[in-house]
Amino acid sequence: MSEPAGAPSGPPIDQSTKGRILVVDDDASLAEMLTIVLRQEGFESRMVTRGDEAVDAFRTYRPDLVLLDLMLPGKDGIDVCKEIRAESGVPIVMLTAKGDTVDVVVGLESGADDYVVKPFKPKELVARIRARIRRFDAPTQESLTIGDLAIDVAGHAVARAGVPISLTPLEFDLLVCLARKPWQVFTREVLLEQVWGYRHAADTRLVNVHVQRLRSKVEHDPESPEIVVTVRGVGYKAGMV
Amino acid sequence: MLHLRPRGTHWLPEPVRRVLTFWRRSIQARVVVSTVLLSVAVISVVGWYLLQQVQDGLLDHRVDAAIAEANDETAETRDRLEAVPGTEADVASQKADLVDPIIERGATRGFYVVLAGPAGPNGRIADGGVNSSPLLDTSSVPISLEEHFDEEAPTAWTYTTIRTTDAEGVTTSSRGIVVGAQVLLPADAQTYTLYYLFPLDEQEETMALVTRALLTAAVLLVVLVAGMTWLVTRQVVTPIRMARRVAERLAAGQLQERLRVSGEDDLARLATSFNQMASNLQRQIRQLEELSRVQRRFVSDVSHELRTPLTTVRMAGDVLHDARSDFDPTTARAAELLQTELDRFETLLVDLLEISRFDAGAAVLELDDINLVDVAHRIVDATRPLARSRNVEVVVQAPGHPCLAEADVRRVERVVRNLVTNAIDHTGTERAGGDIVVLVAGDDHAAAIAVRDYGIGLAPGEAAMVFNRFWRADPARARTTGGTGLGLSISLEDTHLHGGWLQAWGRPGEGAQFRLTLPRRAGAVLRHSPLPLVPTDVTEPVT
Repeated sequence: MSEPAGAPSGPPIDQSTKGRILVVDDDASLAEMLTIVLRQEGFESRMVTRGDEAVDAFRTYRPDLVLLDLMLPGKDGIDVCKEIRAESGVPIVMLTAKGDTVDVVVGLESGADDYVVKPFKPKELVARIRARIRRFDAPTQESLTIGDLAIDVAGHAVARAGVPISLTPLEFDLLVCLARKPWQVFTREVLLEQVWGYRHAADTRLVNVHVQRLRSKVEHDPESPEIVVTVRGVGYKAGMV
Repeated sequence: MLHLRPRGTHWLPEPVRRVLTFWRRSIQARVVVSTVLLSVAVISVVGWYLLQQVQDGLLDHRVDAAIAEANDETAETRDRLEAVPGTEADVASQKADLVDPIIERGATRGFYVVLAGPAGPNGRIADGGVNSSPLLDTSSVPISLEEHFDEEAPTAWTYTTIRTTDAEGVTTSSRGIVVGAQVLLPADAQTYTLYYLFPLDEQEETMALVTRALLTAAVLLVVLVAGMTWLVTRQVVTPIRMARRVAERLAAGQLQERLRVSGEDDLARLATSFNQMASNLQRQIRQLEELSRVQRRFVSDVSHELRTPLTTVRMAGDVLHDARSDFDPTTARAAELLQTELDRFETLLVDLLEISRFDAGAAVLELDDINLVDVAHRIVDATRPLARSRNVEVVVQAPGHPCLAEADVRRVERVVRNLVTNAIDHTGTERAGGDIVVLVAGDDHAAAIAVRDYGIGLAPGEAAMVFNRFWRADPARARTTGGTGLGLSISLEDTHLHGGWLQAWGRPGEGAQFRLTLPRRAGAVLRHSPLPLVPTDVTEPVT
């Protein structure tokens, strides 16, 4: 761990661009097309076509978001995802050619925040990138508690009895969203809208996988959760403990 | 008047039913019981015949001996009477002289004697005045035989029951033969009848012995037959039962199960053939699995290989489309066409890949409790822009309570979205009937969504064909609507994956209704749907 996850990473964002994006895709045409579209939308980007070069490029380029293809030469996209996640909480959006359950879930479990299935519409991709990068702005001075956890919203920090727990920004947002309204049961659709920023997103598996990842970090026993409680047939809510 | 008889055996008491079930299921029990019954019948007949033969033989022999003895005695008596001087006139003493030696001989030789007479209807034994063996009850001589000797008659015999009373007054009776013969008493020149009663004790004892021996033999024979049948059927049935168990395990998917083969008899050959069949099945299933795996792999590869360039083309098309205001009109139109056709190409590709996933059996369910009321509202909200553009209103009619089903929300939403967009497509802008209605209902066993439209409807027979791949109701009209022709096929596969029903109803000019029914619990068998397939606002035509 080079730095506490959740803290703003990299040098201050160049004000002339909306953010820096690392594009990792083995298809050169697609990678180039992506950089064209991203530049049109005001993002700065760099492309990498090999999996084994992706982590080095990530360290030197320090992007605000990573677009990661899962099938890569040199090193598998899943491994790349795990390595980046081990170093940083930077948002990772997977590009996958397979909408199958297993591939998506494996990708999400290895640390990706979101995924886009090829062939995607450029506008949809850009909307998702914006939704992920936007999470970094507008900190509010607020401290919350959920169960025996203390949350410092402005400092993006979660601690149990003074011991900090490292969460990715997305997991942090998910926890804050539940903690702000402990009396409310959130459906998966509402969570998608409030945490991921989607209006009509189809896939609630995103929520399931991220709730599991969050539980594995904050629960005493992830098998019998007390912080993030499942309300059968409806969704999730903050635990009363 | 049909089906008045109760089907099955529910009305029988439990133990009887269990016995009947055992009887139906066990070949061994049936064979053993029927063999035993048959052999009991045959042995009874044979035994009965044997007994008859033995008895007849014994009795014939005894009767011959008895008659011979009686004749001897009578002849000797006659001789003695002829030797008596004609002057003797005391009837009583002559009778006693006549009969006493015979009685004495009878006592030693084992027969009884009665002297009755004089012959004629007035000289019945019962009237008294007879000389007889001591202890003998004279009524042992049957009346019929007495009547026979009312007239003068040669020697005659018949069966009777001999009753004797011993010194203590105990009466015993046994079967016997009575032989009658007439003698002329010189004292009164009257005919008297001598009855000799021969008991059949010896023969009875022999018969009882023979009967006991035969019965013992019969019982042993039946037990032997039963045992042999049981043993023989067991030898045949045991391999069959083993084969059944192995077949059951094969059917349950344990393809490596085989029968043990021992010897070279018919059963061993059956086992060999069975094993060959199992091996062939296993090989073919392996081949199919391999094919399916290759197919899945192929689909996955094609998916990746096609999707990546399509994404690039798609993005390039978008860039061109966004910049079309800078082009001359022809190029701008080309950019627009490129865009719309790319959309079509993309949906077609997605649908094709989905169908091939179903065909490869690679589709899996992500089950959760979902509320179909929420699903209906979400889909109707999502399709509102499309409905507005067609000038159609879509309304949801749902009960106040949640309609839950254990299902994969992604697939169910895809099915409902498909039904709603289909309804919008087929209502068209020239609609006459009314809004599209999405009905939701649910109970403890199932939940259902029905989409009712008042569009062009379905011609007779089309309700079954709408789920066929690339089937179009109206080829001339089809190209203007957006569907790939695979939507309903995919919906049907999605529904079958849940163990649910997807059915269509329609009539030309009256619109159509598509009904999706899902079981409350995944894997449960559906028996009914909470919603009718034929809409309630339709009147059945009089046929």
